[in-house]
Amino acid sequence: MSKETHKLEHIRNFAIIAHIDHGKSTLADRLIQTCGGVEERELEEQMLDNMDIERERGITIKAQTVRLRYTAKDGIDYQLNLMDTPGHVDFAYEVSRSLAACEGSVLVVDSTQGVEAQTLANVYQALDNDHEIVTAINKIDLPAADPESVKREVEDVIGLDCSEAVECSGKSGIGIDNLLEAIVKQLPPPREGDADAPTQALLVDSWYDAYLGVVILVRVMHGHLTKGQKVKFMNTGAERIIDRVGIFTPKHVITDILGPGEMGFITAGIKEISETQVGDTITDFKRPCAKALAGFKPSVPMVFCSLFPVDSSEFDKLRDSLGKLALNDASLHYEMESSQALGLGFRCGFLGLLHMEIIQERLEREFDLDLIPTAPSVVYHIYKTDGTMEELYNPADMPDVVKIDHIEEPWIKATILTPDEFLGNLLQLCQERRGEQIDLTYAGGRAMLTYRLPLNEVVFDFYDRLKSISRGYASFDYELDGYGENDLVKMEIRVNQEPVDALAMIVHRSVTETRGRALCKRLKELIPRQMFKIAIQAAIGGKVIAAEHLSALRKDVTAKCYGGDVSRKRKLLEKQKKGKKKMREYGNVQIPQSAFINALKMGDDH
Amino acid sequence: MLPDINNTPLALYVHWPYCLSKCPYCDFNSHVSDSVDVESFATAYKKELDFYAEATTHRPLHSIFFGGGTPSLMPPHLVKSIIDHAESLFGLEQGCEITLEANPTSFEVDKFKAFKDGGVNRVSLGVQSLYADDLAFLGRQHSADDAIAAITAAQQIFERFSFDLIYARPEQTPAKWQDELKQALDYGTKHLSLYQLTIEQGTAFYTRHKRGDFRLPDEFLAADMYELTQSLTASYGLPSYETSNHAAMGEESRHNLVYWRYFDYLGIGPGAHGRYTNHEGVKVASRTHLAPEKWLALCANNPHGAHPFEIINTEESFTEAVMMGLRLKEGINLSGLAQRLGVTWDEQINRDKIDMLIREDLLTFDADTQIRATNSGALCINSLLNILLN
Repeated sequence: MSKETHKLEHIRNFAIIAHIDHGKSTLADRLIQTCGGVEERELEEQMLDNMDIERERGITIKAQTVRLRYTAKDGIDYQLNLMDTPGHVDFAYEVSRSLAACEGSVLVVDSTQGVEAQTLANVYQALDNDHEIVTAINKIDLPAADPESVKREVEDVIGLDCSEAVECSGKSGIGIDNLLEAIVKQLPPPREGDADAPTQALLVDSWYDAYLGVVILVRVMHGHLTKGQKVKFMNTGAERIIDRVGIFTPKHVITDILGPGEMGFITAGIKEISETQVGDTITDFKRPCAKALAGFKPSVPMVFCSLFPVDSSEFDKLRDSLGKLALNDASLHYEMESSQALGLGFRCGFLGLLHMEIIQERLEREFDLDLIPTAPSVVYHIYKTDGTMEELYNPADMPDVVKIDHIEEPWIKATILTPDEFLGNLLQLCQERRGEQIDLTYAGGRAMLTYRLPLNEVVFDFYDRLKSISRGYASFDYELDGYGENDLVKMEIRVNQEPVDALAMIVHRSVTETRGRALCKRLKELIPRQMFKIAIQAAIGGKVIAAEHLSALRKDVTAKCYGGDVSRKRKLLEKQKKGKKKMREYGNVQIPQSAFINALKMGDDH
Repeated sequence: MLPDINNTPLALYVHWPYCLSKCPYCDFNSHVSDSVDVESFATAYKKELDFYAEATTHRPLHSIFFGGGTPSLMPPHLVKSIIDHAESLFGLEQGCEITLEANPTSFEVDKFKAFKDGGVNRVSLGVQSLYADDLAFLGRQHSADDAIAAITAAQQIFERFSFDLIYARPEQTPAKWQDELKQALDYGTKHLSLYQLTIEQGTAFYTRHKRGDFRLPDEFLAADMYELTQSLTASYGLPSYETSNHAAMGEESRHNLVYWRYFDYLGIGPGAHGRYTNHEGVKVASRTHLAPEKWLALCANNPHGAHPFEIINTEESFTEAVMMGLRLKEGINLSGLAQRLGVTWDEQINRDKIDMLIREDLLTFDADTQIRATNSGALCINSLLNILLN
């Protein structure tokens, strides 16, 4: 078999990084189009965002890879492998994996917005991965564009040299040729890549495709991957014969071979979702490489919630569905859990609230599951009087208070960038959330705020609040910053005296009353009135701290019911019976699942 | 062993689908037509009667009810021929109640005598309101004076009569309703049907209500008006015996009681429903085609104009019977009903739910036999049934 792959020095592997909404996906689309990856008629907005959710929300969740062919001004045909990465803080882990597979990054900065929190975070990650960086000042066709001051900001805040920054617009196509030239000139080719060495390839990502089975995204370091080759996955030990080798342009194109420095996909008849592991090293079965690649740092879930199927017979389906999603999303963690009230389910760990919401939505939409999610929670360290420490994931499982010596909660270090007019409100928000100010600096009309915050104050609605009080201008990024002791208590929500497991939460004693009152009020609006009066209470250790009453339904009667109405009325009753599957009963009270979920979105109450 | 079905009443419902105009609140099967082929109708009605006389166990009719549409628009000879044919096939029980729904226009009132001669012994008048403005809002063809004249005529001609009023109308206050209801009761009728206005899909009101042209009284006001209705009618000796029906003792609609007590009834005419026990002792639900032309065409070539019959199993029968029976003040004799339908009641209804509803003062269970909705239970009967039966 001929092994004609691209020359190493003519390959550029790069990631596109940006703060959310800075036009990254549009710019990627434009690069693909310019290099002839798709015809004009095939152009679809956000081509790389395959998932319905990505298109609808206008965000990128999964990293995507496309091979472009670009003939540069020096007359050479270059192979560009472009990775589009997520911009939201929750998906930082996806970004870090993409970066590990490339040698350079294109940093996209919106010329009307300037540097944001994730711009910083992404650049630091790129530098950690020894990337060269091309700065693209995007959206220069907009009237509000101010490329010169944005470049100054990039230089001042991040410290990147902007003398060679490219001014461009993904939307109108201005400056795209310059950007492609800059990629070829400023970014390095793969550092090493020995065509004759044993195969060594990085498993960057994998996902399930209905037609192809499990598809594996790879970056070849040394040697080749070819069709028919028997390969070994070094970490899992699995041995497989490759049945397809190809690239995305973004369409699937079969190439039968991938050489050193190249990126593409393989399939190897893998059906079982658990057989691949991102970060694994793929090598030749007969002539294995000496050492596995370093792989990826495992992601650290920050937010936990439990998911239970509404219909308990769907437990197996939930397990399979989580398995499929986890294959596609290495940062989703889950393990089985059983709750007295909610039955069998899974405790799941997420990178953040948006990540959690998206997983729940995908489970319901793509796998047609009805779920009961519990309130999002962080992991508390419960130090007991007997000297042991217990990790608490689900507030409903909190041990008896008499057995608790003290509780520690996780803290984060948050970086917030904001135009200074919103600074006052943001300081107030951070104070309300028990934050401790660490630093406050100014750079060109913008403030950079560093705060220590308890993670539990952030998981609910911090991001939404931050966006709303800064009219969308402030940006936010965070990293974990250890555990600290605090006066934390478990707040229970009761409906007609019966505790609602899914709504139990751990809160700081100082905010229990505000939180409790807000939650009760919210539930009062969300629970439909019934035939009896309903008491909604927030309680701490048996003591009620807030209460609302929902008055009884007074009239629910059909005026006319004669011989012709019997069938219709019975069918209505049967329909209501089916509807009850989506309800939970607490002390004779029927509560629709949606009430639980919406009760936790407390953003408007403050 | 099931009890002998022949000891239970059998009722006949006859649907006449035509009206002079369509009322904006009405979602019944009614049509407006210039010319009606009376002969075809007569033939079709008789054919269906022949069919059901064969299909059900033979027993005399307990009641006949001409509903619609506006059956007072029927030629009296057609009404007579249906009654006569039914009598020849089934026989009529002693004192068989034969009701005809009538609109209070002078044209129709003039026919009362002829209806009576044809065998009708009870009329139910669609008065709806005694006030001109409200009649106009409800799209009725008659005036308040017409209504009063019709009541007077019905009183003179028929031994038994009833009339309907619609309340909880937009802008209606409890005080205004009380005046109107008092006036109605003062006419000395022995039976009243008092319906709260509801907005049904597929009516003109549905569109207008959705558009915001008018607003109905809220739940609390409507409940107050309902309670006012209960106490006022009771004080006049016409307590409610069903959710929306009021009568002096013994003056209840015997025909409608057959529905609520879940006995057998046959339905003929377009869009009529029936529920009867066939020769195998199985409950059968019948439903004829809605469109008059379609029904006529079917009857011309077939023994009947019904959709395929549906078998109602014993559990479903029990559900239906509870659903209907709890609307009655008398409630339901659970074990008696269960025995009649061939089920065990406590396999169908969770005893704990009954106890819970009793605790909440929504239900009573006398001597562990008779369940009854309390006043507050009756006002929320839909939710109550949902708890009890699901």
